[in-house]
Formats: sequence, C-alpha cells, structure tokens
Amino acid sequence: MDWLHELARDFLLTCRDILPIVLLFGFFQLVVLRRRVANLGTILAGTVYVVIGLTLFLLGLEKALFPLGKVMAGQLVELSLPRGSAFDPSAWARFGWIYLFAALVGFATTIAEPSLIAIAFKAREVSGGSINPWGLRVTVAVGVALGLGLGTFRIVTGTPLHLYILAGYVVVLVQTCFAPKSIMAIAYDSGGVTTSTVTVPIVAALGLGLAAAVPGRNPAIDGFGLIAFASLFPIITVLGYGQYAQFMNYRARRQPREKQHEI
Amino acid sequence: MKPVDLLVAHAVYTVGRIRSACMDLAPIVLVIAFFQLFVIRKPLPDLGEILLGAVLVVLGLSMFIEGLERALFPLGEGMAHALSRKGSLLWLLVFSFALGFSTTVAEPALIAVSGEAADIAADGGLIDPDARSRGAYSLGLRLTVACSVGCSILLGVLRILRNWPLHVLIIAGYALVMLMTVFAPPEIIGIAYDSGGVTTSTITVPLVTALGVGLATVIRGRNPLTDGFGMIAFASLLPMLFVMGYGIILF
Repeated sequence: MDWLHELARDFLLTCRDILPIVLLFGFFQLVVLRRRVANLGTILAGTVYVVIGLTLFLLGLEKALFPLGKVMAGQLVELSLPRGSAFDPSAWARFGWIYLFAALVGFATTIAEPSLIAIAFKAREVSGGSINPWGLRVTVAVGVALGLGLGTFRIVTGTPLHLYILAGYVVVLVQTCFAPKSIMAIAYDSGGVTTSTVTVPIVAALGLGLAAAVPGRNPAIDGFGLIAFASLFPIITVLGYGQYAQFMNYRARRQPREKQHEI
Repeated sequence: MKPVDLLVAHAVYTVGRIRSACMDLAPIVLVIAFFQLFVIRKPLPDLGEILLGAVLVVLGLSMFIEGLERALFPLGEGMAHALSRKGSLLWLLVFSFALGFSTTVAEPALIAVSGEAADIAADGGLIDPDARSRGAYSLGLRLTVACSVGCSILLGVLRILRNWPLHVLIIAGYALVMLMTVFAPPEIIGIAYDSGGVTTSTITVPLVTALGVGLATVIRGRNPLTDGFGMIAFASLLPMLFVMGYGIILF
C-alpha cells in the first residue's frame, strides 16, 4: 500500500515535470510555426513512455541507488575507523578503501557511458586519426576516477571545495593556451558527458553518506561537490591527452628526418 | 501493420533497450559487488528492496530514453531547424529560453539531487523540516537551475548570431563564480558547484545541440561542431552562479 501511494505521488509529480516541455512544443507547433504534427500517435505514445519511465526511475532511485550509496559509504568508513575510535583528520591515509571505491565507481561508469563512446568516435574524425577512441575513453575515465578519488579525500579532510575547483580551473586555463585547438571542444564536452543519469545519484549519495559518517563533517557543507570534481578532472586529462598526442605526432614527424641525417 | 505486429515490434525494441540499460549498469554493479564481497564482507541491509529498486531503475530508464527518442527528440529537432530557418529573432530567443528551462525541469538527475539537497538542508536546520518547506526548497532549487539553463541557451544563441568570442565569456564566467563563492553561504557552495554538472544530462544535451547545429548550418560561415558546443559550456557555468545567488537570497 505504501509503495502504491508513493508510485501515485511520483507519477503526479512526473506529469507536472513533463508539462513545461509539452506546453512549449504544443505552443510553438500550433501557434508560431502553424504546422500539423506528423506522426501524432507515435509522439503521444512516446510521451506516455517518458512519463512512466521517469516515474519508475525516480521510485527505483529512492529505493535502490540512494540507500545503496549511503549504506556503502557508512560501511566503508566503519571499516577504516572502527566505531568509537578517535578520528584525526591528518590520518586521512586510513581511508584508502574509500578513495579506491570512489575512483573505481567513477572509472567503471565512465568507460561504459554511451554518450562518451559517441564523442570518442567523433574525436577520431576531427583529429584525423591521431586520437584513438579507446585512448580517449580511458583518458576520460581516468579523469573521473582521479576526480572522485580527490573529491572523497576532500570530504574526509574537510578542506574547502572552492580551493580545489579554483586550482582545477587554473590548470585548465593554462592547458587551454597550449593544447591543440582541435581537442578543445571535445575536452570541454567530456566534462559534461561523464555525469550521466545513473552516475549522478550514486555519486551524490556516496558524498552525502561519507560526510554523514566521518566524524566532524557536516553533510550540508561537505557532502556535495563530488559531481563538480567528476566534471572538471576529465577536462584536464583530455587536454593533457591532446598535448601528448600532439607531442607524439611532432616526434613522429621529426624522426625520419633525423634518420636521414644519420644516413 | 496490424496492431499485433505493432505490439511485437514494440516488445522487441523494448527488450533491446532494457539490455543496453543493463549493460550501462553492469560496471557499477560489478564494483559494488566486489567491494561488498571482498572488502566490506558485511551483509547489505534491505537487499531485496535494493534489488527491486535496481530493476525499477533499469526499466524506468529504458522506457524514458525510448520515449525521448520516439517523441521529444524528433519533434524538438524539427522545431529547432524550422525556427532557425524562419528568421524571427524574438521567437527564436523565446524558444531558446523555454527549451532550456523546460528540459531542465524534467531532468531526472536534477530531480534526484535537489530532493537530497532539501533533506540535507532540513537536517542541518537551514529550512523547516516539514515536507512542505522541503518540497518548496527543492522546487525552488530546480526552478533556479532551469532559469539559469534557459539563460545559458539564450546566451548561446546570441553568441552564435553575434559571433561573440566563447573563451572570453567563459573565463569571465569562471572569475564571477570565484567572486560569488566569497559571498555565498558555505551550505550552498557544494550544491551550486554540482548543479553545473547535473544539468548537462539526458534530455537537455541532445535538444540543445540540435538547436545549435540547426543555427550554425543556417547562418553562413559558422561551424556546427564548435558553435553547438558553446551552449553546453554556458549551461554548466550559469547554474553555479544562479544557485549561489539563490543561496545568498534564501539563507
């Protein structure tokens, strides 16, 4: 009965959330463009799919992904810091499992991300083959892993978020001056695609659970911020990858000439 | 086609969709299972409920994306192209803002995160703990982010039309983010920084990209690849500013 009640409530809320899109499309189609809608049946069926799908997804999120992220964060903290023992922020190295868990979650979800696969193939086209799609996917995944590892380290130590992000921006800015132009758009895009609909709730729950479990941390101040790390660090690693590819190209072009000299 | 055939075609499609959603979820399930079995070695409480919830997530996400691709994406892309050809600047700008706003309101990741943010704010004593003010807080957060994405798309369209340099705007934006961080209450900074990443997700990106590509192909001398991308860059920048503003006003 409880579930049914929640289902009905989520369904109504979802209808409210979808309403602006429906109004927008209806208004522009009928009033501004004055076109007849082609395949009206398919479009209505698709809208019903969207509403039902979003309702089920949100319900599942509440039942599975959020509790899971929080419970695991709590269990991992307990593993590193048995209940009742004193906590000293300088002993951050004891929480190695947490950093590893966050990094692996980041790596695993990113490497399988469909929109990233699409971008990786686009990148090969743009770069004329010097960027290999697998290399780019691994680079982005490593970026997310590093970001989440560092993000959990920040939560454990309670250091201010904006310092890390500021440092990250400065690095991106400096890299932007030196990285090849062709990788720029892909690098900035890769920051956005890593934060998918499944990853965001798990990562958010992990951060909040961690901030609640580590003594002396306030979830309201320390709990958020992991997603910001996960969207910033891939930019850095992809720009770095572009610089590396450029360097290798440069060397490959220079090498034959050197050989000629040898001869 | 007979209705039965249509139903079968639907079913085949849906199964394929569910399989690809399972594939998306598989890596994270592997990591979690590994940690549960070998590192934590403690039972998960409410395992049944979590599994049921995971099934709902897979089912819901598959249906959601299927519906988007059947209905909203073709319709939205067609409209974006038609409007950029129509040449009425006012309608184009109204459409840009409304597109950014309405797609962000429906973004599932944002719904999830803003709900969590409301619970945390209530636990921290920043807002009243009853369900009503929590709902108002999370709705306010989402509307703020939606407005900011609407403005981002508007700005992105103007940038394409007027050919403003992207990197100057972006750098100025980040400087502004850092400046506002000094004044914003510490409780809002984390969620503000996160909101930049949350908005660029399932619904917003394909539709906005369609608008950018449509515009860039209609206007001479523009490159669809780099011009379409600028909007997404704004859409991950402005939400930070707006949410910090929301925090300054509210707390």
